[in-house]
Amino acid sequence: MSELEKNTPEVQGENTAVEQKAAETSEKSSAPMLEVRELSIQFGGLRAVDGLNLKIKKHQLYGLIGPNGAGKTTVFNMLTGVYKPTSGAIFLDGVNITGKSPVEINKSGIARTFQNIRLFKEMSVLDNVKVGMQNSTKYTTIEGILRLPRYFKEEKLMTERAIELLKVFELDGEKDALSANLPYGKQRKLEIARALATNPKLLLLDEPAAGMNPNETEELMNTIRFVRDKFDMTILLIEHDMKLVSGICEELTVLNFGQELAQGETSAVLNDPKVITAYLGD
Amino acid sequence: MRKTTKNNLITFGGTLILCVVLGILMQAGKLNSMTTGLMVTIGIYIIASTSLNLTVGVLGELSLGHAGFMCIGAFSSATVSTLMINGGAPNWLSFAVAIIFGAIMAAILGFLIGIPVMRLRGDYLAIVTLGFGEILKSLFNNIYITSDKNGLHFGFTNPPKNIDASTKLEILRGPKGTSAPDLTNFWVVAAVLLICLIILMTFIDSKSGRACMAVRDNYIAAQSVGINVTKFRLMAFTLSAAIAGAAGALYMHSLANMLPKKFDYNLSILILVYVVLGGLGSLRGSIIATIVLYAIPELLRGINQNIVNYRMLIYAIILICLMLWKNAPVFINMREKIKAKCKKSKTADLTSGGAEA
Repeated sequence: MSELEKNTPEVQGENTAVEQKAAETSEKSSAPMLEVRELSIQFGGLRAVDGLNLKIKKHQLYGLIGPNGAGKTTVFNMLTGVYKPTSGAIFLDGVNITGKSPVEINKSGIARTFQNIRLFKEMSVLDNVKVGMQNSTKYTTIEGILRLPRYFKEEKLMTERAIELLKVFELDGEKDALSANLPYGKQRKLEIARALATNPKLLLLDEPAAGMNPNETEELMNTIRFVRDKFDMTILLIEHDMKLVSGICEELTVLNFGQELAQGETSAVLNDPKVITAYLGD
Repeated sequence: MRKTTKNNLITFGGTLILCVVLGILMQAGKLNSMTTGLMVTIGIYIIASTSLNLTVGVLGELSLGHAGFMCIGAFSSATVSTLMINGGAPNWLSFAVAIIFGAIMAAILGFLIGIPVMRLRGDYLAIVTLGFGEILKSLFNNIYITSDKNGLHFGFTNPPKNIDASTKLEILRGPKGTSAPDLTNFWVVAAVLLICLIILMTFIDSKSGRACMAVRDNYIAAQSVGINVTKFRLMAFTLSAAIAGAAGALYMHSLANMLPKKFDYNLSILILVYVVLGGLGSLRGSIIATIVLYAIPELLRGINQNIVNYRMLIYAIILICLMLWKNAPVFINMREKIKAKCKKSKTADLTSGGAEA
């Protein structure tokens, strides 16, 4: 199965220009950016996620919601290779990425943020973003140690790109600060910037609004929309904040006890009596 | 200029100036032989501690087997230099080749040991490196290499037999130690030290160094941005071992007879103390800590006989005080207050100066 999937023509286009990519995708707009089929994982006797199906179109803002312990973060961990699914398959842009390592999955185009912020705390804000660009730089370690011209050329390019990214998130003023010293909201933004630095096709945000006040959440919603439009990004997010979910998500999947409870347009799903029961109880 | 570049330049410049000044004083005959000997040893320890800082500070893994890599560097380089000089090669060439050979051997073993070790983290890694350090020491405690007109003869746990007595040359003599030609002098140590500093600084301030620090700060996040964690950990560990090997080579050639048991657990811990008290991840800190902490017991030795008996006690007390000064909350608060005061007075000066202008 995987061989067949790998050979589909949709695999190409990693190095093509953005316009070309856009043209390609408009042709195959029916093909989803991310497709998850019957994804399940079992921890001992517990089926944490059971038969999940997902289809996320390119440029879509998709929400994954559900009560605590529903298995949302587990889904993210399977999508990014931290956990190996017990059964089921994951396709990114037509390529089967099931069971690959986190590094390979990131290289094939999925980047994520974490529920409990995981920045490189003892490194500067700028370096955090530059670490994300690691795989797009070509100079070797020896070239770095000997300080050959390619080191300077690529480092300069990297810094410029990183600062550009930081500007998008209004972090360029603090580029030399230690990332641990940033206020909470900015740390969340830096995590998104770092994820974008890896040039992903799909961005996974794990509770981006956790711990934010309403004003910050409002600002975050604008940022997410902006990122989606500016970088032509497909975004899947987990969130508890219903204002954010109803405000920006186009489609939703609701998980409860590892199983899909409802799926579809945001407003329809949020008014589904089953969903309301799951959240509020009988 | 970038902050890192500036910091590196200060550290490198400072070390360079120190080396030149001490070298000139030495050449002018202002320093006695004891001080010169001290300078050589301190230089070697600085190379060892800065290289350990790559593992402990930048990679964030506690390695307790650093002396093991120095041991490989020492004995493999002694073999090469003895053989080359015996074969008629000039001293400087033999020594240069020996140092490089020592570093390469240490790198190879560092790489091989790193493959299993770098699968572990934290306490487990520390214990395993401790074990490997002891194994390497014991290994050289049992290796005998002797050369004669028929070539090299190796022995394990016993000296090799059937050796032509007239051309016999004992190179490694197991627990009896090894006498390498006395080639290390201050200038060689200074040169190797400066080269190693450059390598460490440029490595840390490149994408590979950043990757190592990212792995140190957050393993899972580093993987999530596509960093091949094992590769960079192995790379830093190998580089650290290689530089330790060079330090071992210098050490070997600075003493008349080197016993393998010199490279035991205590040496690893001694170097680790320099790294930790100098500040994890700070090369400058390692350099200063090595100088100060190595010099203290030696200076105490010189004061008078009563103190000599207690010098390790005094050394221990100084270590404890330094540790408290660095880490106890009371002292941290005190330091921050002093820092804030300094800053305030500085800004006050600036504003008042501005008003006058």
